[in-house]
Amino acid sequence: MNGYRLGIDVGGTNTDAVILDEDDSPITQTKRPTTEDITTGIVNALDDVLDAVAFTADELEYVMLGTTHATNAITERRGLNDVGVIRLGAPATESVRPLLEWPDDLEAAIGGKTAILDGGHEFDGRTLNDLDEAQVRETVREFGDADSFAVTSVFSPVREDHEERVAELIHEELGEDVPVSLSNEIGSVGLLERENATTLNAALTSVADEAASAFLEAMDERGIEAQLYFGQNDGTLMSVEYALEYPIFTVASGPSNSVRGAAYLSGVENGIIVDVGGTTTDVGAVTDGFPRESSVAVEIGDVKTNFRMPDLISIGIGGGSHVTREGDDVTVGPQSVGYRLTEESRCFGGETLTATDVEVASGSVDIGPESPDVDAETIEGARSHIRDRVEQAVDRMKTSPEPVPVVVVGGGSILVPADLEGASEVYMPDHYEVANAVGVAIAQVSGQVDRIFSLDDQTRDEALETAKSEATENAVGAGAAEETVDVVDVEEVPLSYLPGNAVRIKVKAAGTLGDE
Amino acid sequence: MSNDTITREDLADLATGATVLGTGGGGDPYIGRLMAEQAIEEHGPVELLDPADVPDDELVVPSAMLGAPTVMVEKIPHGGEAVAAFEALERSIGQEAYATMSIEAGGLNSTIPIAVAAALEIPLVDADAMGRAFPEVQMVTLTLGGIEATPMAIADEKGNSVFVDTKTNEKAEQFARTLSIDMGGSCMIATYPHTGTQLREHGILRSMSYARDIGETIREAQEASADPIDALVEFVDGYELFDGKVKDVARRTEGGFAVGEATIDGLSADEGRTLTLDFQNEHLVARDSERGVLASVPDLITVLDSETGDPVTTEGLRYGQRVTVIGMECSEKWRTPAGLELVGPEYFEYDIDYEPIEHIHTEHDK
Repeated sequence: MNGYRLGIDVGGTNTDAVILDEDDSPITQTKRPTTEDITTGIVNALDDVLDAVAFTADELEYVMLGTTHATNAITERRGLNDVGVIRLGAPATESVRPLLEWPDDLEAAIGGKTAILDGGHEFDGRTLNDLDEAQVRETVREFGDADSFAVTSVFSPVREDHEERVAELIHEELGEDVPVSLSNEIGSVGLLERENATTLNAALTSVADEAASAFLEAMDERGIEAQLYFGQNDGTLMSVEYALEYPIFTVASGPSNSVRGAAYLSGVENGIIVDVGGTTTDVGAVTDGFPRESSVAVEIGDVKTNFRMPDLISIGIGGGSHVTREGDDVTVGPQSVGYRLTEESRCFGGETLTATDVEVASGSVDIGPESPDVDAETIEGARSHIRDRVEQAVDRMKTSPEPVPVVVVGGGSILVPADLEGASEVYMPDHYEVANAVGVAIAQVSGQVDRIFSLDDQTRDEALETAKSEATENAVGAGAAEETVDVVDVEEVPLSYLPGNAVRIKVKAAGTLGDE
Repeated sequence: MSNDTITREDLADLATGATVLGTGGGGDPYIGRLMAEQAIEEHGPVELLDPADVPDDELVVPSAMLGAPTVMVEKIPHGGEAVAAFEALERSIGQEAYATMSIEAGGLNSTIPIAVAAALEIPLVDADAMGRAFPEVQMVTLTLGGIEATPMAIADEKGNSVFVDTKTNEKAEQFARTLSIDMGGSCMIATYPHTGTQLREHGILRSMSYARDIGETIREAQEASADPIDALVEFVDGYELFDGKVKDVARRTEGGFAVGEATIDGLSADEGRTLTLDFQNEHLVARDSERGVLASVPDLITVLDSETGDPVTTEGLRYGQRVTVIGMECSEKWRTPAGLELVGPEYFEYDIDYEPIEHIHTEHDK
């Protein structure tokens, strides 16, 4: 039996909250506008749900937070740290400098401090080039005004010691408090993608700190003493300490939570999930209750990265999308009023015609104090534009031409027609508006193993089994109920030419939060 | 046909097309593309020279990277080693090269010579010597034409270089491979010096622009929300072999090669069947649990992401991926007895007879 749990999802437009009872059923929910300072929106949402239940705040056992804060910071280039990007590998790797393919404005937003220094390893663990500590110290001092550092060494997934030594040197030069992100902890083999992911992680540490502080402050203000977890990209949870160190692992938690929540609420374990927010609509696939992962390097803020992310198509249509008409041509989005829906939308007395206004005018919903006057052609044009875009996205996510179940969730669900082409059925489950918050509230805890196994005295299968059972034990140790734990991710990096035959195996297992 | 250039804008399409022709191997062209991008940024666009425009007696020197794909995505070149190898070869022959060329149209080595051409300010010939990617130095149509791999110059990122002269192209492969492992698993080579006349007779012509067109076909289909796999299969006149989900990928590194098998469970029309893909860097044999061999080397076997149509390399294959496997005919040069001896299934130690892909598929259609 689990205790009461609170799920909160801070989106770009709305902050959603839900409380689940001991049987994981939602007992109350709310949706409040996300505020500029985040905290106010969270406190408003907390008050709504706590007012609606018969117990007090201190009886909440767990609080789970999903946030797109980090993602928005990257896309809007807002609040990012100045990062000292250090790559160890010279003279190798100089033919492709760090940040070469980054958009100019993103490169500028993190300060553009990069260096390729001596160091790194060969594929078999031999030293590629000795670390030059004096050179590192000099570079660190030169980058002294950087807020954080990203360190990537050639073949650090095989040997991480150069990265770790550079972290020590940075701390010796600039103090223990300077955040340092090491690439071997973030991504896998593939230097540039791993370096990009590590640099983004380093760029986000202040943003993450701000978001976590805001949240802890809000919990404190309302007397909540529950254990706090953050949702991460794979649909599982992480502790606050972990989230502060690895904020990049939260960037796709929103879509993962909505996929998990939609599957849970609708009972559809395999199908397509359409999550309609205020600014965008995310279309993902659910396979056995979990988000399907992307098979290609995923771009974040136009930068290629190589850690695991859900497979997703994002289209610029949401409840706050601008509706524009030029002649007979009606388009929706990608501009949006975002969280200012209740100020700028016509149904709230504002000046901007939004997708929500179109539905209000058609009489299908009643939102806001005003009833905007919109002509029939514009309503028809906007609706067919939305239908086309959503149907195309659903079709792209499908693996076969046969119709599949489609689950529509999110505050903007009213925009999606119930007879989508390609859908065997369109579900809009109860609590659809807060599916993200439900998804993070029911999320699982995970355990990992990342170690080099010798294949001298055991087979590959035996090594995999050992890694899987250790990952399972670790998940149980982190609070998962043993009978619910499954292996959710396996990755192997072969290391040849080491004495004996060796392989680096990474395994992640996850299960539901268990009995206390 | 002359006066074509390769600009920074062309590189993405070219890299996509090269990944398709790379049949899962050949290294990730992403790195080669970025090397070319940085080189073009520094030196300007590269002239793409039609094979017809290379004077008969002028010298063409292909440049390439040699080593393990797992290494190349980590230990990116310095850049100078390619130029060093190229210039060492020119010195030994005593003739300046008129142009450089890609040794293979697939994978990393399709784009690396663009960086070399930019740095040396010489043209890149619109041709290669495989029409796809193969793992070993001697596996080029130039070998079939009696052209020698040596003199060959090999250089590493630390400034070391070695000069190789061998009796056979197989021996050049063995020496180069041993050296590449000693150089940390990857190095740059300048090899197979040949003339304009030899190129036109023994090379695979206009394959660079073909790769660029393949990439453009996929990109345009994606942009138009059309099915990129259908568009690609039509453009290359290929075959859709299997549709499924990756169930297991077993891989190990042997002698610098990524060797292994991928197992794919069928979906849609292929439900209930299993496809096994054997690879040694490149995909070499595709075997269906019911229908037997669907395609084998030297024909091209490429794995694409079922949703996006983007090609997936053997390195990128992962559990749970939805993939479509397609097949394409190889160059007729490879289907001769000499060609099959050099790169047929038997060479890669598969106990199967090569059957042209278009024959296998006529049988299936019966």
